[in-house]
Amino acid sequence: MSPFSFLVILLAASSFAYMHGKRRAFSLTGSGSGSSRLHSLPGYYGMLTALWCALPALAIFVFWMSCSEWVLTDLAMKTLPASMLNVPVDQANLLVNDLHNLIAGHVAARDINPVLQQAADHYLAMERISYMALAGIMSASALFFSALVYKRIRPRMRARNHVERIIQIALVLCSTIAIITTIGIVLSVLFESIRFFQQVPLTDFLFGLKWSPQMAMRADQAGSSGSFGAIPVLAGTFMISGIALAVAVPVGLLSAIYLSEYASSHVRTWAKPTMEILAGVPTVVYGFFAALVVAPFIRDAGGLFGLDVSSESGLAAGLVMGIMIIPFVSSLSDDVINAVPQTLRDGSYALGATRSETIRKVVIPAALPGIVGGILLAASRAIGETMIVVMAAGLSANLTANPLQAVTTVTVQIVTLLVGDQEFDSPKTLAAFALGLLLFTITLILNVIALYVVRKYREEYE
Amino acid sequence: MESMDASFGTSEVSFLAPEDVTPEYVSEADTAGTYVENRSTVGEQFVDDARMTCRDVNVYYGDKHAIKNISIDVGRNEVLAMIGPSGCGKSTFLRCLNRMNDTVDTCRVSGDIFLDQLNIYDKSVDVVPLRAQVGMVFQKPNPFPKSIYDNVAYGPKIHGLASSKSELDGVVESSLKKAGLWKEVNDRLDQPGTGLSGGQQQRLCIARAIAVRPEVILMDEPCSALDPIATATIENLISELQEQFTIVIVTHNMQQAARVSQRTAYFHLGDLIEVGSTDRVFTNPRHRLTEDYITGRFG
Repeated sequence: MSPFSFLVILLAASSFAYMHGKRRAFSLTGSGSGSSRLHSLPGYYGMLTALWCALPALAIFVFWMSCSEWVLTDLAMKTLPASMLNVPVDQANLLVNDLHNLIAGHVAARDINPVLQQAADHYLAMERISYMALAGIMSASALFFSALVYKRIRPRMRARNHVERIIQIALVLCSTIAIITTIGIVLSVLFESIRFFQQVPLTDFLFGLKWSPQMAMRADQAGSSGSFGAIPVLAGTFMISGIALAVAVPVGLLSAIYLSEYASSHVRTWAKPTMEILAGVPTVVYGFFAALVVAPFIRDAGGLFGLDVSSESGLAAGLVMGIMIIPFVSSLSDDVINAVPQTLRDGSYALGATRSETIRKVVIPAALPGIVGGILLAASRAIGETMIVVMAAGLSANLTANPLQAVTTVTVQIVTLLVGDQEFDSPKTLAAFALGLLLFTITLILNVIALYVVRKYREEYE
Repeated sequence: MESMDASFGTSEVSFLAPEDVTPEYVSEADTAGTYVENRSTVGEQFVDDARMTCRDVNVYYGDKHAIKNISIDVGRNEVLAMIGPSGCGKSTFLRCLNRMNDTVDTCRVSGDIFLDQLNIYDKSVDVVPLRAQVGMVFQKPNPFPKSIYDNVAYGPKIHGLASSKSELDGVVESSLKKAGLWKEVNDRLDQPGTGLSGGQQQRLCIARAIAVRPEVILMDEPCSALDPIATATIENLISELQEQFTIVIVTHNMQQAARVSQRTAYFHLGDLIEVGSTDRVFTNPRHRLTEDYITGRFG
């Protein structure tokens, strides 16, 4: 029996507990007069019974499942002869791997040692016992706690307060998950980056002008020196994001102004969803649009003016990325412009202001924090975008301000560094984490600056 | 003021003679439903020295006939109060006077409204300079989310009324002085206007309206969101402003209408029921609906 069927049974049991708790609460109201009126609605008594039925059993389940494999492996390894265990750590790990492969029914890499096979059989037998024990403990806990609550249901019992307290704790746990995950990601990137900076000096990484992560495999190999200057990659990121924002901010903002201030409601009802479709197009589709349509077009157009345009250019990637992030700017700006109270517009019109004066001097300043928020979201999207750049801007880390040449970005380099089989002790691989940390720091700084700007220039209309 | 009183004295008597309009008073038991009112306007609608003249004005919101055939004059330098129960159309009518109803898509206005000799609903009239001539103060104070200075300077800037910074400073100062706000805010003109108290915000909105030098100021229940002290300040201000401006004020507060206005117009369900000098309307209403409203029998 799969342990996950336990959860289904538990769900059924708790709905059973819910119905009975509710029924008991109902029966209490029926028998008494005004004095025995329930403190809470009957559903809350049912809910409390169900929660006490499910939650302790669920906690036991999670704890058991997270520990069982570790404990069982340890027990199974104990059955092996001491001669097999007296080996260095990495070989012991291999042994554990083999054991797990046997347990899962995969073919082990080496010839199967009968002793190991025995251990695996032992493991499986113990696992069955473990599951049965788990099922027993879970049903005992569910039965015990729901019966306890059921017995204690009285009209004066504050079931609603208890249930709300439990729900509140659940909400806190959910928000903690997001925070802990963020901290975990930052820490893991940080530790790998520290390993990288032990091999490559921080100043070389931050101020170096040459990005060429190929390491020499042999000491006498020429050419692949491995230099990790992040400046060209960063410059490429900023150039492409800059081009994208230069496209998206004016187009998005002006279309938002048109939609919210000038367009009839009929036009708005179909135009706004249509623009939002742009955000739903997969970036890989934008990528081949950029690589197959826009980049050749720019190259040919550049040829007409006698410009030397490479077939992969930062301009092509930036333009297409700009199109992609238009909805972020336009949709959010449209929402905040609509949220500006009509009384402010009326006040401006009543002073004899034209529509455009009203928009420029009253509506946009009042909506500015939201507009900046939309632009910021678009910017972080542009900085983090990978696919379009891989396909349209190329991989070569040129340090150039010319948008007609091939450039590369931080995200693209991270992808190329980590794709394929990589050794995790070489700076080439670890550089990806350093780049990730750098990107994270930059977007964080951008966020802080934007928050400051918004707070400083905010025009509160409340 | 004398000229205005004179204009009242000589004002053209309405087409309805007093005998016709004195309603046959019905017994208390009689309900309004069984009694067909004479709903044409009684009282003194027209004045000799009119700043704004409205003739046969009808307003429709989609299918709803919100204002029914109203004709009324607004005299020079007078305060005209418009009273009536909620939904009677007084605010709608007020918004016709500077074409603020243009911003409502479904709204349609027919009839003629003249500002001096200009028909403001004429095709050739640009609504922008019109609104500079006929300013408006709203029910809820709506200062722009800008500094106090910028709030007042907004109108003069967009109309190019000041050629230099010092001139603009002068306009701002004189407008705030006229609105009785200068002493309270002169040391913090760079603070946001939204940070003022409700009464101060409303006076800021009045200063903002004055700053573009309008001829007529429309006020849509300017004190309804304010406490009694702030209301008294605004009422005193209205009396002072009357020397320079013509003011039309919509109010729910009949004491306020009696205190600040020279003429009062009573609206009921889109009809203009009665117009006359404030003293006369409040002491001797000629229409039964007016009397019912003033004595608090309904509304």
